[in-house]
Amino acid sequence: MAASTDTGVDLRTRLQTWLPKLVLSPSLAIMLVFVYGFIAFTIYLSFTDSRMLPSFGWVGWDNYDRLFRIREWNTAITNLAVFATLYIGISTLIGLSLAIFLDQKIRGEGVLRPIFLYPMALSFIVTGTAWKWFLDPAIGLENTMHLWGWESFTFNWIKDREMAIYTVVIAAVWQSSGFVMAMFLAGLRGIDNEILKAAQIDGASNWNLYRRIILPQLRPAFLSAFVILSHLAIKSYDLVIALTGGGPGNATALPATFMYSYTFTRNQMGIGAASAVIMLMTIAAIMVPYLYAELKEKK
Amino acid sequence: MAVASADTAIRTSRITRAFIYLFLLLFALFYLLPFGIMLVNSLKPLSEITGGNMIALPQDWTIAPWLSAWSTAQIGVEPTGLRPYFINSLVMAVPAVVLSTVVGALNGYVLTKWQFRGSTIIFGLLLFSCFIPFQIVLIPMARILGLLDIAGTTPGLILVHFVYGIGFTTLYFRNYYAAFPTELVRAAQIDGAGFFQIFWRIMLPSSGPIIAVSFIWQFTNIWNDFLFGASFASGGSAPMTVALNNLVNSSTGVREYNVHFAGAIMAAAPTLLVYIVAGRYFVRGLMAGSVKG
Repeated sequence: MAASTDTGVDLRTRLQTWLPKLVLSPSLAIMLVFVYGFIAFTIYLSFTDSRMLPSFGWVGWDNYDRLFRIREWNTAITNLAVFATLYIGISTLIGLSLAIFLDQKIRGEGVLRPIFLYPMALSFIVTGTAWKWFLDPAIGLENTMHLWGWESFTFNWIKDREMAIYTVVIAAVWQSSGFVMAMFLAGLRGIDNEILKAAQIDGASNWNLYRRIILPQLRPAFLSAFVILSHLAIKSYDLVIALTGGGPGNATALPATFMYSYTFTRNQMGIGAASAVIMLMTIAAIMVPYLYAELKEKK
Repeated sequence: MAVASADTAIRTSRITRAFIYLFLLLFALFYLLPFGIMLVNSLKPLSEITGGNMIALPQDWTIAPWLSAWSTAQIGVEPTGLRPYFINSLVMAVPAVVLSTVVGALNGYVLTKWQFRGSTIIFGLLLFSCFIPFQIVLIPMARILGLLDIAGTTPGLILVHFVYGIGFTTLYFRNYYAAFPTELVRAAQIDGAGFFQIFWRIMLPSSGPIIAVSFIWQFTNIWNDFLFGASFASGGSAPMTVALNNLVNSSTGVREYNVHFAGAIMAAAPTLLVYIVAGRYFVRGLMAGSVKG
């Protein structure tokens, strides 16, 4: 009798110690298959002669070799460099300025803040639709300026092969700069006012306060903004599709649109897979050190 | 990481303040203008758009573009309007949001209150999955959906969004539960409460805010997704974003801008509504996804 209760308790405790692992294991299994297994599979495919469907003829580095000789890919990575630099730079600048200004006991902050942030709730397809039309010279901004009597006004970047990528920057900044503002604002509100008051008593000017005390304390916010924005930039797909469709020609192609078109419409799956691997490596180079540092700090 | 209300101690002059207000108002205009103009123009007849000023209010107010976008506009080959696709998106988003939130809550609970050797590594693996470019999984995912015979269907998309939502929901709940006093859990354990009892009786009742964050953020992401929808849904099972893109970028016939605008606003409405009603949680979700604090 006593013995059977013992094993009963024993079983219960043993179940209790296993239960957490049991609960976590489906997620782990899903991750291992759908994320890491899939990554391995795509990396493998990038070394094969896959065309319309996956096939397993090993071709070594051929796909990578050919990838970097495709002009559209080179356009795509140049565009990504231009787009990411401007997008991150301008969003950070606008976000930081808005946050600093909003932090000056502004009347109506409660109204302004949601206005700055709402584009983040929209789909990039909606953003693209709105801007595509706003920038269209025939009916948008240019036409309106003409109707107002400013006949010489031209703004046709969206139709211009050289300038079209900058329209993607404008729309993307519109969508995400409010989010950067929210991150910086949270950082600013976390700064101890006593230090600022002490520095003011010592006669520091506002400019010096920001340069010497406030901005250095915003380092984590700068880092987060950089990481999040660069990861968004590399993944950018929807916005380009909705705004320019990658055009004119393929002037606004990005790695994400390149990957999609080579894999699914041009039946060059091997090359598509290779381009996806390059994208992953780029993001990993930014995210892995960041996440590692974040997780380590926690301990 | 909630936006607190304590303002800075910085003092500014009158002129500076005037400049600051001007700057802020100009940017408010910048953010409002594209969407606002779209709204105004969705209520105009087409002739007023192609022949007139985009800033002007409609001379002839009409809701015809809205009716057309909803129920008769040509999407792909069928003149169905956006309604069926709107429903597709709802049917896709709701189960995916609920499933990923439930799993994320349990994961977060285990990862904070029942840590074991290797649990940090598992969290790291889950966390990295939030940030992969989804292009890397498109090809194998298409194969798996084909093998499971759910390629091109809404259940297929539910699976995809559930799978790739787990990372984020786990992150939310882990960070939230990390701040929850572990002593309470240990005390309950000593009193004989089991794993699920503690979760149900102690953790869940105080999880309201983070459940809201997870629901809102997952819903926004899944509703706004385009890449998975474009890759894995076909024809009639497409979600709203894909249908909107088909409507706007179809090359045949007259471009009915006003109908496009009405459609775009319909696609934006659910997430905007969520944002307006629960903006506080929306901001928290943004923060939790970036600053892990």
